[in-house]
Amino acid sequence: MLKLLLSRLATAIPSIVGVVVVTFMLTRLLPGDPAAYFAGLAASPQAIAEIRSKLGLDKSLPEQFVGYIADLAHGNLGNSLSTGQPVVSEIANRLPASAELTLSALLLAVAIAIPLGVLAAVKQGTWIDHLCRIVTTAGVSLPVFFTGLLFAYVFYYLLQWAPAPTGRLDVFLSPPADITGFYLIDSALTGNLETFWGALRQLALPAISMAIFSLAPLARMTRGSMLAVLGSDFIRTARASGLAPRTVVFTYAFRNAVLPVITTLGMVFSFLLGANVLVETVFAWPGIGLYAVNALITSDYAPVQGFVLTMAVLYVALNLLIDFLYGLVDPRVRLDT
Amino acid sequence: MNLLRHARYVLSENPVTGLAFGLFAMFLVAALFGPLLAPYNPLQSNAAMALKPPSAAHWFGTDQLGRDIFSRVLVATRLDLTIAFASVILAFLLGALSGVAAGYFGGWTDRVVGRLADTIMAFPLFVLAMGIVAALGNKVINIVIATAIINFPLYARVARAEANVRREAGFVEAARLSGNGEARVVLGHVLPNIMPIMMVQMSLTMGYAILNAAGLSFIGLGVRPPDAEWGIMVAEGANFIQSGEWWIALFPGAALMLAVFCFNLLGDGLRDIIDPLKRT
Amino acid sequence: MTAVPALAVEDLSVEFRTRSGTVKVLEQVGFEVDKGETVALVGESGSGKSVTAFAVMGILDPAGKVTSGRAMFGGADLLALPERELAEQRGRELSMIFQNPRTALNPIRRVGRQIADVLVRHGGATRPDAPRAAVEMLKKVRIPDPERRVEAYPFELSGGMCQRIMIAIALACRPALLIADEPTTGLDVTTQAVIMDLIGELAHESGMATIFITHDLALAAEYCDRIVVMHAGHIVEAAPGRALFAEPRHPYSAKLLAATPGGTASLAELASIPGGLPDLRRSDLPACRYSGRCERRNDDCTRPLPRRSVGDRHIVACWNPL
Repeated sequence: MLKLLLSRLATAIPSIVGVVVVTFMLTRLLPGDPAAYFAGLAASPQAIAEIRSKLGLDKSLPEQFVGYIADLAHGNLGNSLSTGQPVVSEIANRLPASAELTLSALLLAVAIAIPLGVLAAVKQGTWIDHLCRIVTTAGVSLPVFFTGLLFAYVFYYLLQWAPAPTGRLDVFLSPPADITGFYLIDSALTGNLETFWGALRQLALPAISMAIFSLAPLARMTRGSMLAVLGSDFIRTARASGLAPRTVVFTYAFRNAVLPVITTLGMVFSFLLGANVLVETVFAWPGIGLYAVNALITSDYAPVQGFVLTMAVLYVALNLLIDFLYGLVDPRVRLDT
Repeated sequence: MNLLRHARYVLSENPVTGLAFGLFAMFLVAALFGPLLAPYNPLQSNAAMALKPPSAAHWFGTDQLGRDIFSRVLVATRLDLTIAFASVILAFLLGALSGVAAGYFGGWTDRVVGRLADTIMAFPLFVLAMGIVAALGNKVINIVIATAIINFPLYARVARAEANVRREAGFVEAARLSGNGEARVVLGHVLPNIMPIMMVQMSLTMGYAILNAAGLSFIGLGVRPPDAEWGIMVAEGANFIQSGEWWIALFPGAALMLAVFCFNLLGDGLRDIIDPLKRT
Repeated sequence: MTAVPALAVEDLSVEFRTRSGTVKVLEQVGFEVDKGETVALVGESGSGKSVTAFAVMGILDPAGKVTSGRAMFGGADLLALPERELAEQRGRELSMIFQNPRTALNPIRRVGRQIADVLVRHGGATRPDAPRAAVEMLKKVRIPDPERRVEAYPFELSGGMCQRIMIAIALACRPALLIADEPTTGLDVTTQAVIMDLIGELAHESGMATIFITHDLALAAEYCDRIVVMHAGHIVEAAPGRALFAEPRHPYSAKLLAATPGGTASLAELASIPGGLPDLRRSDLPACRYSGRCERRNDDCTRPLPRRSVGDRHIVACWNPL
């Protein structure tokens, strides 16, 4: 088990190196004068020169790179122009909001897509199969920001079932005690039912919009994988041994079928982290995606780069987790390393 | 021609693919002749007619500046398809060439291309696109470049696999033996041979490229007002959804969906024609 | 024989729905297996041997349908049983083992648990007892170091050992009938002999009836009491092994034997039989599907096939037997 963890960590290192190099290039290879970008549009030549020496932009590129690494090691991602605050603390404050949204969406997507895919494969040709096919074909075509908007229009404006898309919590409620930063968990832990319900209501629409977006690849992969496994030799053996249908489908078929689905999760996360930005924009969700978008609009570059770096590191960590999870389920990977 | 007959067979078996080809033709016409077919000038404001719902005079209604939305959606087809198409072509050129080289020559080429592709894939792709456009500057050409870069690994991977398979194939041996230099073998023989599979890839990623470009312009990158582009039109319409003027965001959004849907179906259909074994 | 046979297949016909039409894969197949007897089902690939087994076990591909016939087993017609009752019989009263043992086992489940699953399902052991019972089964199929091997995954075992595991799974509940579908194909020659011996011993020990499906005539001759020859979905001849080798009565059986040199037989040699299997998709198939390439064909051969008894438990389906 430890060997598996270490070997997976080893493959993550080149990825981290690559990420750091690319984000460095993104910060330094701006067209024109990087110092001008970081100083802001309204900066005087003197301010720009100050920024240039402060950020070490007058040194050679390799020296800058070393400086960049040193900064990262100290957790220094620069400061935001608009607020003057360190980017790293602003991102840290907003990360729980994005995490809560993305994780809820993923859980929702998995909870729908996997049973749907399994049923579609087991009951081929029935309405469930056709529904699955429609979901997978249509799902990949939906622009997530458009679905979010449509939902907001239908469920908030027309039906008034959902609250206004103004963030994580209604203005009249105050956030729960900060234990994990996840409003749902924190309010449940402190027994604050009203806040829990309020937070859930606000979370519903954005999470559903994101979940719909990631349903398609998951359902498609589950269905395909399940179909392939159900036609395999060892399932024939299981049936010939008279094992109960439930055992055949779940203990034998599903566990094997879930392996490619775990691999698909990596790609799904890539989509989700991107969709996160768009959904936060539509629903004014105060996460790091909205933070980056606002920074973009005001040409405030340090937050944008901090955002890209954070998302990338998060993504590498998530892929590590997925790899590790795969190794837990598939003994062939575990024991062959 | 055998391919044509096979194509006709697939189309008759699968009417949905026929539908996709029909839609594609419609978009093509809109892209090529949009400005000519538009009933109004897409940039023409008319404050008196602002925020009017769909009617006989304005099929898709008008926006906050009184511009006809139908004309804008129609004209936007050209911009959206051009951006997507350009980025797909660019991704193909970069990806297919490096992928074929990696698969054919192996060794260092393979390692470098692989490392490059892996580094790109280490990022959530949309986030990387945001970072690239932010770094290179807020211009449409950078949307094309960013989208091309994030699609590069996919093309490189497919091209590499296909080139690897063909490296020892008969026709490649023959080309080598007739004295062709390596470069000519790769460009003149291997590359053309993998074109059909590449075309399927391109069609499949067109949909993704359109979504990507629209997403970037939705958050304000690339296309600027008053240009007509589906993503930015949805963004503009988003402000009015809360107050009930649904048509401003709906029609460009629907056009987006339809375009992506069309290209996805097209890609599936092309794949069935070219390589039926890969059906899902 | 006055005793009730373990399995009696009568007039079994199976059709497959395909893109190019309906294929009559099996037509009026009938044979018997007595208690404790080993019967070989031999024929070219495509002759319908495996389909017969799948039909009896009730694990036909969804595109296949049994259009007529009975399979009397334990006093009931297997083909008429509802799926639930059939599933209870499978693995307990009648079992099957397959070729390619590596792929026939669940790749991510320990072999001991796969044996335990069958035991618990059919009441051969309780859940807490099952692991110990699994080890016992491993000992029975002569796997060395069973306490350790019971925790192994299939990919950690050799092909021969995987086949033993399959036998363990199949025999765990002491079935009355075992169907072995080409169990030794893909194994090396020594392992083949070992596996066949093992099956023979275990069968003899418990009085279990066995059906061996094979294309290897020599193997059939060595290990089986009786041989049933199939061609293109028909039974053409059935006889005790010795009688078939001494005096084959169907032209096809004779050709098969002629193509079998003393030791090993393989179907590559069948190229010496003129013609090939008929296209079973055709609707104008002759009553005798061998008549197309038979040199003894005469006008009688368009009539529906007879079942002629030509000796002790020796039947042949031919109007013009040797």
